[in-house]
Amino acid sequence: MSGAVKCVGDEAVKAKGWLGAHKYLILRRISQFGIWGLFLLGPLAGTWIVKGNLTSSLTLDVLPLSDPFVVLQALLAGHVAAGSALLGAAIVLGFYIVVGGRVYCSFVCPINVVTDAARWLSERMNLPKGWQPARETRLWALVAVMGAALATGVMAYEMLNPVTIVHRAMVYGLGYAWTVLLAIFVLDLVVSRRGWCGHLCPMGAFYGLLGRGSLLRISAVNRANCDDCMDCFAVCPEPHVITPALRGAGTETGPAILSGDCTNCGRCIDVCAKDVFVFTARFNNAIPERGDTVMERKDRDAA
Amino acid sequence: MDDTVKSLAGSASRRRFLAGVARAAGAAGAFGLVVGLFGRQAQSLPAVAIRPPGALSEKKFLSACVRCGLCVRDCPYPTLSLAGVGEDVPVGTPYFIARRYPCEMCDDVPCVKACPTGALDPELNTIDDARMGLAVLVDEETCLNFLGLRCDVCYRVCPVIDKAITLEMSHNTRTRKHAVFIPTVHSDSCTGCGKCERACVLDTAAIRVFPRHLAKGRIGEHYRLGWVEKEKHGGESLAPGMVDLPDRLPDELPDALKGWKP
Repeated sequence: MSGAVKCVGDEAVKAKGWLGAHKYLILRRISQFGIWGLFLLGPLAGTWIVKGNLTSSLTLDVLPLSDPFVVLQALLAGHVAAGSALLGAAIVLGFYIVVGGRVYCSFVCPINVVTDAARWLSERMNLPKGWQPARETRLWALVAVMGAALATGVMAYEMLNPVTIVHRAMVYGLGYAWTVLLAIFVLDLVVSRRGWCGHLCPMGAFYGLLGRGSLLRISAVNRANCDDCMDCFAVCPEPHVITPALRGAGTETGPAILSGDCTNCGRCIDVCAKDVFVFTARFNNAIPERGDTVMERKDRDAA
Repeated sequence: MDDTVKSLAGSASRRRFLAGVARAAGAAGAFGLVVGLFGRQAQSLPAVAIRPPGALSEKKFLSACVRCGLCVRDCPYPTLSLAGVGEDVPVGTPYFIARRYPCEMCDDVPCVKACPTGALDPELNTIDDARMGLAVLVDEETCLNFLGLRCDVCYRVCPVIDKAITLEMSHNTRTRKHAVFIPTVHSDSCTGCGKCERACVLDTAAIRVFPRHLAKGRIGEHYRLGWVEKEKHGGESLAPGMVDLPDRLPDELPDALKGWKP
């Protein structure tokens, strides 16, 4: 290690090539910008595939999709959606229960691109992590949001929600929403690294709850191959979710990452040169037979 | 000894846990309060902003509208838009400003059909039944018809002509020999589309559309209009056998009134 500065993912790039080591990152960006593009295709090119925005949309004039986080707020505020919004929310709910709740955060939410950029810059500039509120803060924020809807009888949080405000502005071309984006960028860059997506966003908390039972999970099936390079921890937006799965051999814990906090972003798969992680179903959680770990083998070879 | 240490440690960690929970609950409460207060404050709708046809009453609307903009997309005219950040209208909700572009009152009401939540009432099938707002002739001093001219533009453009706006003839007291035709709005037919406001030829419109709760008065519940009641009860007066009190007049009438009988 002496002399050369080690960068996260260097070994993976060497082992799998640049494309192989950025596969899921590229997929995510394609997904995030692709969804934006789909919404813009109508107003810009006149081709109406998707209409509306992420809170409620109509695809190809038949498929209604609605954000269950917003529809739940409406419900608590005292309005039972009369149109297709309930069906749309049910479809979206079902989808995220299959693919992982916070897939919304990593593959869909437009804010993610900005907070990822802030994190990259913060690490690049070696800024301090800053304020790191407790992990359950966002859950309390979620309680507060739903409580506010219940108490005021209106969707109070939707007057503030940066996720819906920014996406709506991106689709309908409304001004000044960039100030909201800038505020979040600054928060994540200088006040609290990963502050918004990692600690505060009540929407992420909501989708995280869905993820607690979701089918598609990342699993450290080949954890015996782990050589403790720590790249996955360095790149993961929610590093605490990795520990039980990757280091669970001693405590007889299965290799699947079951925490709802995991966003299924797949960056750990990208940066692992040893191919420890794969996407799999949550039930696929048998404890692998204990072979020698890479480290143990190394120790033995050295001896 | 060991037990004492353990129990001390236990109570310390319990205290830490409780303090943590209290802190989190306090923070959540404060955050909820801020969200709630901000939400309430941001509810006020400026008088020029008119909701699309079929919109529920403002408070219900804000509990129902998910701000998706599907009504805006299906509006064939540039009428509807979504409120942006920093505008007076609650962020993301649909509205129109009549003077800028009024509602064209499509027969098939596409905006209502597009609404996925029922914030625009799906029961509204006929656009003439829409009550988006109410036109009010706010300035009699500048309205050309009040001045005795025959502008009539608001009356002519009204999609519910002769029902929502009528021209009521009366005497022109300035010239003493002409008539004035007063544009008169009838709330039982006015949809609040805003075409009259849009078309008003003045630099600043003399007729404007306001949300109905701002434009309409209400008679007290106990109040009865004698002539209406009489009609309802087949010509029978609301208070039959009313005592006819004697008319009180000065004992001696002035000369001019000699011979006058009440």
